[in-house]
This record gives sequence, C-alpha cells and structure tokens, in this order.
Amino acid sequence: MILLVTSHANGKLAKASYELAGAARASGREGPITALVLGSGVAAVAAEAARIADQVLVADHPGLSHYDPEVWSAAVAQVAQEGEAHTILIAGSRGGREYSPRVAVKLNAPLLEDAMSLHDSAGKLIAERLSFLNRVSETIEASGPVVVVSVKPGVFAPAAVSDTMADQFDVDLELPHARVKVTDRIKEKSDRVPLTEADVVVAGGRGVGSPQGFTTLVVGLADQLGAAVGATRAVVDAGWRPYAEQVGQTGKTVQPKAYFAIGISGAVQHLSGMNRSKCIVAINKDADAPIFKFADYGIVGDVQEIVPALIEQLRR
Amino acid sequence: MDAQESVRIANNAVDLEGRKLVMDTMDEYGVEEALRLRESGQQAEIIAVGVGPARLEDVLRTALAMGADRAILVEADSALDPIALSAVMAQIARDESAEIILCGGQQSDWDSQALGAATAERLGWPQVTWTRALKVDGTTVSGQHDTDEGVESFQVELPVIITTQQGLNEPRYPTLPNIMKAKKKEIRKDALRSYSVEPMVKTTGVAAQSRQRLMKIMDGKDKLAAAAQLVHSLRNEAQVIQ
Repeated sequence: MILLVTSHANGKLAKASYELAGAARASGREGPITALVLGSGVAAVAAEAARIADQVLVADHPGLSHYDPEVWSAAVAQVAQEGEAHTILIAGSRGGREYSPRVAVKLNAPLLEDAMSLHDSAGKLIAERLSFLNRVSETIEASGPVVVVSVKPGVFAPAAVSDTMADQFDVDLELPHARVKVTDRIKEKSDRVPLTEADVVVAGGRGVGSPQGFTTLVVGLADQLGAAVGATRAVVDAGWRPYAEQVGQTGKTVQPKAYFAIGISGAVQHLSGMNRSKCIVAINKDADAPIFKFADYGIVGDVQEIVPALIEQLRR
Repeated sequence: MDAQESVRIANNAVDLEGRKLVMDTMDEYGVEEALRLRESGQQAEIIAVGVGPARLEDVLRTALAMGADRAILVEADSALDPIALSAVMAQIARDESAEIILCGGQQSDWDSQALGAATAERLGWPQVTWTRALKVDGTTVSGQHDTDEGVESFQVELPVIITTQQGLNEPRYPTLPNIMKAKKKEIRKDALRSYSVEPMVKTTGVAAQSRQRLMKIMDGKDKLAAAAQLVHSLRNEAQVIQ
C-alpha cells in the first residue's frame, strides 16, 4: 500500500495532505492509498481524510497531541511495517523534512527528499527535485521494496474530494517518549495572507534605508496590493523585521505570481527563495544590481521616489 | 561550492572542476557555536568532519583556523545521498565518542535537510533542527529553534544532534596566527570505501534550472511615467496583479 502521513491544524486537514493524495495518484504506484492520521482528538480530520484516500488509519492518542520527530517517525515506521507499505509519502514542511529521514533509516529505505514530481517506472520510483540553491533540477530514483518520499508543498495538484467515505480503522501504537522537552511555544501571528501561499509578495532589502522606510514603502505597497510581506536576511539580521518574513535559503521559499523586490540587490541566497516566482519585479537605484538579471520588469531609481509613485498609480 | 559561483553542468552532473569549494554557510554557524560552547566553559575537543573530494581539505583547514582541534576528511569521488552518508557520520561519532553533533540545517549544494536527522536516528539520539539559540549546562542542552508554526524553547539531555542556521551566532574570521597554527593541526584522511556504505538514491539526470526572464528594465528618472508603465505591464501584459 501507499501510506500518506496526513497533517492537520485546528481540527482541519492541511492543504498539503490533499497534495499528498494527488501525488500518490499521479505516481502510478500500485496498491490502496492509505491515509494515516496521527493526533489527539482527530475524528473530524479522519473523516476529511476518508474523502481523499482508499482507506484511513487513525492513531488517536494523547501522546500524539504535539508533534515530535522521534514520536512521529516511530509511529509512521510502525504503521508502514505492519501495513507492509511500499511507498510512504510525507509532506515536505519543516517538520516533515526533519522526521522523514528518521523513518527512512528505521525502514532501511531510500529517501526521495523534497520531490516535485513522482512516477513509477517498472518498480523504481523516480522524482525530480531542486538542488544547488534551487538552481539545478535533478532526476533521482530509488529502487528497493520500500521508499520514503518527502513531497514539496505547493507543487502537486490536490486530490479531488470524493462523495463517499473510505473505511476508517483505529491503530494501536507503541510510542516512545519525546526526549526533547518543549518549554515554550511562540506562534507566528500575522493578519496578512501567509507568505508561502500569497499570490503577490512584496519584499524589501537594506535599500529601503530604515525600519520606517520598510514600513512606508514595502508594507505600504503590500497593503495596496493585498500582498504578503517578505524581507531579506540583511533586514532581518538588522532587527528591522521578524524572521518569519525572511525569504531565502535560511528563510521561506515562495513562488507567487508576482514578486516585488524593493531595494534588494539579489544575493544568490535570497534568489534561491524566490527565483521560481512567475513574475519578478525589481526596483533598485543600482543599475548593476544582480537582481535586474533575474527580473521580468524593473525600474532603476530611488525606491523612496519610485515606490510612492507606484502606490499612487495603483490607487487610481 | 561557493554560492557566488555559477552552476555548470557536465557529464550529467554539476561540474565542480575549477570551482571554488568553501564551507557551507550553515556549517560556519556550527563551527562557531562549538567554539562558543567551549569558550563558555565546556571542556571538549572539537572535531571538524567533511566528506568529499580531496580538495575539501581547504575547507577543513578553515574550520581548524577558526579554532577546531582536528579534522577528519572522508575522501569520496561522488556525492552520496544523505541517508547513506549518515552511516559514515554515525560511525565517526561512535568512534570518537561524540556527545554533541552540530550540522548545517540545509546543505546548500544538495538543498537537503536530511543528514542531521538521519544521523541522529542511526545513533539513537534526539535531534533539534533549525536552532537559533543554544546553551549547554552540564549535560542539559537548552535553547530555541524554529518550527513550522513559530519558535519553540526546548530542553534536552546530551547526546544530541543540533542543526544550525543563520541567526544562531556571527561566525568569526580566522586570524593570520590561527591560520598559521591550523597548518600544523591534524587532518586524518579516510577512504569512503573503508566505511562500506552504498548509495541508496541514484541521480540519473541533472539540468540547470534557469527561467528566461523578460528583463524589461526602465529608467526611473521620470518616476510617474515609469510607475504608470510598470502598472500597465503588470496588469495587461503579465496579468499578475489586479
């Protein structure tokens, strides 16, 4: 069987889980698509999962109320072994990418990490993924009886929701104790559209001059466009903006329809977080800034002058 | 590879011939953090480990010049997937009786986050990824790390694997006297075959990923005209904004 490890938040199945089901169907792997729901008080999530999978396994357990990489990997490996899964699909979120390698080691299986495509070829599972800071596309393949895959979010088309519900089965698991004790959790809060899901992102670099300049220009333009706000590492390091807004190798990866780079020179680490955007717009006073080589549209000029003019133009 | 270098493809692989190899920026935070842990009073030997071509020696010398005590270079001609590579790391950790392993959160060549976690699993250790603050007090490790939802404060007992990232510290530059000293420090060289690991994932194709951009760059001297033209293009030509 193909095992999908679903994820959920606030009692709802995550978008990534629908994408996993889409990836499973697109892969051409044989066997029933089996959704695994891990958590505490997850009946509603399991019911949602029953509309995208052929069967659902539910581990509803107080020990699963909070994600932990050791607990999750133990649970997934146990279900995979007992259910004789040949393909295990895990969403490639930060959490998914930190526990999927443990699952692979437990099952002595290869890991296809951050897969953007999946297809079966005579029993081999073939995937494409990006490397070298998103500048290279690799085709990788895994053979052998069991393969673990972390699936890049936002790439696969979500599976269609069925009118009928698949059967649900409870599973009993022997769970290890979490050894990493979490003493505090601070959730990212934002009233804006999430950076990784936004159609339009407005991002600023040191070229905006000051925290005040960032607010006026970058946040101002984002407000006008209903866009998410992004920042470069330099801006975050300077303490102008929270880390949650950072785009790049060490921050978030985005691929909106439109990406506005305001006062951003275009370091390769930043580009790796946004170079798959559909349309890139750059505004910078330095005509030689590398960002212009990666831009579809650009204006060479002082951001303090150009951005207010742009906001004014959009208001019309 | 130095991130500033452009990517070249040859013989169905990224061509590293003649390209500058540097320490991964995420690993720099790890070396720096190890030095800071020692400077804060921890008694420990710091060993830098690298797997790759012979000229990776230069990278390990940088770690030694920053302050690591000695280094181990596992010479390998071709890349190994992280699950296979983790077996090498785990064996070295066992042989050296390591108590804490600092590993870059995401290797910039492979865009992989798997090595730390896979090594932790092989050793039966816990792991903390994307660490942004770290403290060791006796055998208790505490700090903060980034998750999908935000930031967690954590506490865990040694031994543990910590993956490092920007924000954890500001890595130091090696000073000239330390660069001189580093030349005398030991780098042990092992052959990959002595670890008897086989790749688990095969790379069958490699292509440079470059999207052709329009590069329609305007002069902003007339700011109103440039802004009007840009809005017009984005709405009507690219059709990416309302």
